[in-house]
Order: sequence, then structure tokens, then C-alpha cells
Amino acid sequence: MPMVTYLQAINQAMQEEMARDENVMLMGEDVGAMGGAFKVSEGLIERFGKLRIVDTPISESLIIGAGVGLAVLGMRPILEMQFIDFIACGFDQIVNQAATLRYRHGGQASCPIVIRGPGGAGVHGGLYHSQNPESWFFSVPGLKLVAPATAYDAKGLMKSAIRDDDPVLYFEHKFLYRRIKEEIPDEEFLVPIGKAALRSEGTDVTVITYGATVHSAVGAARDLAGEISVEVVDLRTLLPLDWGMIRASVRKTGKALIVHEARLTGGIGAEIAARIAEELFEDLDGPVMRLGSRDTHNAFAAPMEAFILPDKLKITEAIRKLARY
Amino acid sequence: MTEQKERELYFWMVLVREFEARVAALDKQGKLAGGVYSGRGQEAATVGVCHALRPDDWVFPLHRDMGAYLVKGADPNRLMAQIFGRRDGFSKGKDSYLHGGDLAHGIFGATSMLAATLPVAAGMAYKFRMKNEDRLAVAFFGEGASSRGDAHEAMNFAGVHKLPVIFVCENNFYAYSTPNELQFAVENVADRAAGYGFKGEVASGNDLHTVMNVMQKATDRARRGEGPTFIELKTYRYHGHSEHDRAAYRTEEELVTWESRDPIELWEHYMDKRKYDLPAIQAETLARARKVVEDAVAFAEASPEPTGPEAMDDLYATPVGEGR
Ligand SMILES: Cc1ncc(C[n+]2csc(CCOP(=O)(O)OP(=O)(O)O)c2C)c(N)n1
Repeated sequence: MPMVTYLQAINQAMQEEMARDENVMLMGEDVGAMGGAFKVSEGLIERFGKLRIVDTPISESLIIGAGVGLAVLGMRPILEMQFIDFIACGFDQIVNQAATLRYRHGGQASCPIVIRGPGGAGVHGGLYHSQNPESWFFSVPGLKLVAPATAYDAKGLMKSAIRDDDPVLYFEHKFLYRRIKEEIPDEEFLVPIGKAALRSEGTDVTVITYGATVHSAVGAARDLAGEISVEVVDLRTLLPLDWGMIRASVRKTGKALIVHEARLTGGIGAEIAARIAEELFEDLDGPVMRLGSRDTHNAFAAPMEAFILPDKLKITEAIRKLARY
Repeated sequence: MTEQKERELYFWMVLVREFEARVAALDKQGKLAGGVYSGRGQEAATVGVCHALRPDDWVFPLHRDMGAYLVKGADPNRLMAQIFGRRDGFSKGKDSYLHGGDLAHGIFGATSMLAATLPVAAGMAYKFRMKNEDRLAVAFFGEGASSRGDAHEAMNFAGVHKLPVIFVCENNFYAYSTPNELQFAVENVADRAAGYGFKGEVASGNDLHTVMNVMQKATDRARRGEGPTFIELKTYRYHGHSEHDRAAYRTEEELVTWESRDPIELWEHYMDKRKYDLPAIQAETLARARKVVEDAVAFAEASPEPTGPEAMDDLYATPVGEGR
């Protein structure tokens, strides 16, 4: 099996889907000849031509809105935000246009778009190149949200997202682009949207997480081996949540910690915690705990960034605290 | 113009170039963590525009407009500390580069979201109008940023209310790798001004005299209450989009063509023709500029890094609730 980076996995998925279906295309800023700011779309314009790989003006609202128009007619556009932070400039086209399209047409129309781009912190990107905007979209019905942590999932989820008939927001973590490298199968595979994965099995505490913090949580679980038995659930899809896997794991351990790099308040962890408290109260042996970024902006200076972000040590501390109940 | 003024303008262009050259070098040495965007080659644009302004006017620089900060009066020491992400920077380390404005000098800090400053500039200009203040707002943006809806919304509003705002588009032919022919279909971006009901001017951004002339017309118009101007300055950035970009999308020939119309060399040529003592002026100006830059680097390096908990400061006028 070939070694593939997280970034290459996304590239492969787009290429395979474009080769399989001529209606798959890519639109974004500098995605063509330059192959994107991070080279995620390297080689695509040479292979698929500039009609399908569209270098757009700097117009995020246009990119998404035009994507909707294409999608209604059966095209499957992948829409790149050069940094996911710029998704804010296309907000209306996502939450009002794309998300309600099927609904307001009484089921007549599909909107098979994928909006993707690099998000996440840890690279001193500062206020506008570090954000985790998934929570802004989490309460919008009609959208699907995915956030892969591994190269395997990056590829499999991208392929599923492209084939999905509804709008999928695909959150890439730029910290993982070249740091994650793994063997993935040669033959075709998909990762279904809506299915979480167990990254480590355990019996004392469940850590529910996604994206870059999956790796910190697995690291914490390894460090705690022999002391506390930690189960790590990688959500992979944020909307819809794989409630079945969350429930099964929390029933087994009786203790749940939710970790994400997005801000704590109003984050996805809040919803998961509330639902665990409502439905699994009898199974719990401790409070449902959460760890996220501090309730502030993504500050630039290294000491502040470290203060804000959850990391392996903070996760380890939180697991210890929860295990003591 | 007096010789003194001409020498002062020269100093500003040289200072901007030296300052940015030093920042690029620091970036290469790995001393800066954030992105660095050089405006080398575009100095006449920011210097010519900002030199026409008064202290109580406002400017809205974007990522390549270091010159606007310097000429409008930002302390070079604090500017360098800002780039280092230190506590003495304008944003106290909360962001780097040109994301923390210096409000005391009428310099508004931009977000990364291109053209998002233009509506803000229009809002300020509305206030000047409303309160009969003889002040201007000047918003810089690239030709790439001109494609964003915010640019359209700002200009439309400014036209409706004949606001004292000047929109300065530095058209350097590439937005990252994207050439003008993929960015817009008009010949000049400023041709759009007609659609907003105000005047558009297209001029060389490398020739300081030209920049100052169009700026004079625009400020006169705005101060007379005749509304906005859209100034498009054709210019070129010598470096890549950021210091990490090798700019493979353009030719050596194109770059050299523009380098041979270098704004600073053009001005030197002019001063030489005026029979000033050019070698002496060059030596003195360079030494003066380098001193400013060296002092700024020393100041920035001595400025403390912010501590982690300072990340919770400056969120609200009065801290609210129990921050988590
Ligand atoms: C809304 C938004 N989309 C994308 C970007 C990423 N980006 C940063 S600079 C840039 C190119 C800007 O080109 P232009 O406006 O012409 O200014 P120049 O860099 O040429 O000075 C891009 C695409 C951004 N900062 N903001």
C-alpha cells in the first residue's frame, strides 16, 4: 500500500472522482495552474482542463452561489475556500441558499456541492487563518459537515462528499496536511458520511473528538495506558452525528469528555454533552466534560496560541480529572 | 515642489523599501512566524497617496500597504513589534502584520478578508459628511479584492451619498497567481466608477508625480463635497504574493520590464535632472532610513512576548461573565 499524506489523499480523491464522473469539477481562487495555495489541487488542471478546474476571481459568495446553480443542473462542483476562514464571505449562499434549496422546493431539487478548505490552528496563522468555523454551520439543517483526521478518511470522506446529493462542508486541517502520512489501500474505498470510528479502545473514559485533536487524544490515551483505560471516538462526521457509536461507548465507560479545537462555548461538544446528559444520565459515573479552545479569538503570538488551544497535556489532565469521579 | 519636499518624498519611498526588505530578510531567517507580503515596487503608490493626506484623515491599508502605515505616521518601532507579534505592537500580539491598526494616526487595521475595509471607509466618510468635518477616508485594495461584493456595496453607497472617500486600487496585475484577464473583463478596474456615479482615474502607480497629481484632484473633489473618486494605479510587485511564493506564474521578462520602471529610480532620475547632489542625497537618505529600521528591529526584539492569559484581554470594554 502506498504512503500518502493527508493532503495527497484529498488530491487523489478529487482526481478519482473527476475521472469517474465528468460532472465533477473544482472552482476556487488559484486552484488551477498554481494548484491551490497549499497545492491540494496540484495536477488537476493539466489532467482535466480549465473548463472543469476554474480559477475564479476573489469572490467567495460567487464561488458558492455559482456552485449551487451548477449543482441544480446535475454538476458536482467542489468549491474551495483558499482558507476556510473566508467561508464567512460566502455565508449567505450556504445557510440560506444551499441549505434550504431542497426544502423550499419541496424536494424537487438536489444541491450536490462540496465546500472545502484549510482550517484549524497551531501554525501561528493568527486571527483569520486559524479558525474552526464548523460550529457556525452546526445548527443549520440541510447541511452535512465532515472533518477527517487521517489520510484514509480524508480520501474516503471526500469521495463520499462528492457523491452525496446534499451540500457537504468538508473541513480540512492544515496542520495535518503534510504531518499525517499513512498507508492507504490502492483499491477504491469510501468512508460513509455519518459514521464515527474508534481510534483506541478503553473501558474507563470515553474521549469524543474530531480533526487534529484526534491525534492529541490518542497520544493522551497512550500516555495514560496502565493508569486509565481511554476510548477515543473520532466523529469524522459532525452533522449528522453518529449517535449510535457515542451512546455505545459512553454506556461502556460511564464517563465522557468531548474535545475539539473549535471554541468551547457554542461548540459541537455542547450539543453532544446535552444529549448525553438527557439520554444517558443513568449510565454516567461522572459529569460530562468538555475541552475546547478558550472563548477568545485565535491570537497570533505563540504563548497566547498555546494558551488557547487544547493539546495532549490538557487532554491528559482532563481525562485524569474525569477518571477520579 | 521645494527641494526639501522632494527629498522628503524620496526618504519615504526609501524607508518603505528598506523596512520591507528587512522584514523579508527576518522572515527568511525564520524570525517571523506569520505571513509576510512585500510591496516592493509599489512604493510610489502608498507614499504618493498618503503624503496628500492630513493627520486627521483616515487610511485603510491592506496587506501590501506597509508604506501607508509609515507615511501616515505609525511609529516604525511599534510597527516592527506588531510584525514580530510582540506586546508593543498595535494589536499587542493578538495578530501580526497589518492586522492591527494605529487608530491614533488614522490607520485602520484590516482583517484578512479582502475588501472588507471598504464599507468601513464609507461609514467613516458618512460621519465626516454628517458632522461637516473636513476629513477624508482613503481605502486601498488590490485589483483582486475589487472582485468582492463588499467593494461594490461600499462604492455604491459612497456614490449615493457623495461621500468624501477615495478608493485606491493598486493594480499589480496578479492576485496571488490569478492574472487580470481571469479577474475582470473591463479594461481598467476604475472604469467601474461610472457605474457608481463618480469619477474614475487611471494612472501610473510607479511615477510619483502622476500619483500625486491624481491624488490632488481626488482630494480637492472630496473636500469640495463633490464625492468619491476611484483611483486605479497600475504597478507591479517584485516579490511573490508572500515570501513563500516563487511566482512561477509570471515571466522574468515581465518582472525586469517593471523593474526598469522602478519608482525610486524614476524619482532619483528626476532629482538628478533637477541638478541636486544625487549621490549625497542617496547616501544620506539610505543611512537615515537604515537607522530607523535598525532601531525598529532592536525595539521589536526587546519588546516582550505577550503571556498566554493576555489572549483573554481586549474582548470587551468591560470584561464579561466567566471567560472559559
Ligand atoms: C475574502 C478573501 N479571499 C481570499 C483571500 C486570500 N488572498 C489573500 S491575498 C490574495 C490575493 C490578493 O490580490 P489583490 O487584491 O490583487 O492584492 P495584491 O496581493 O495583488 O496586492 C488572496 C486570494 C483573502 N485574504 N480574502
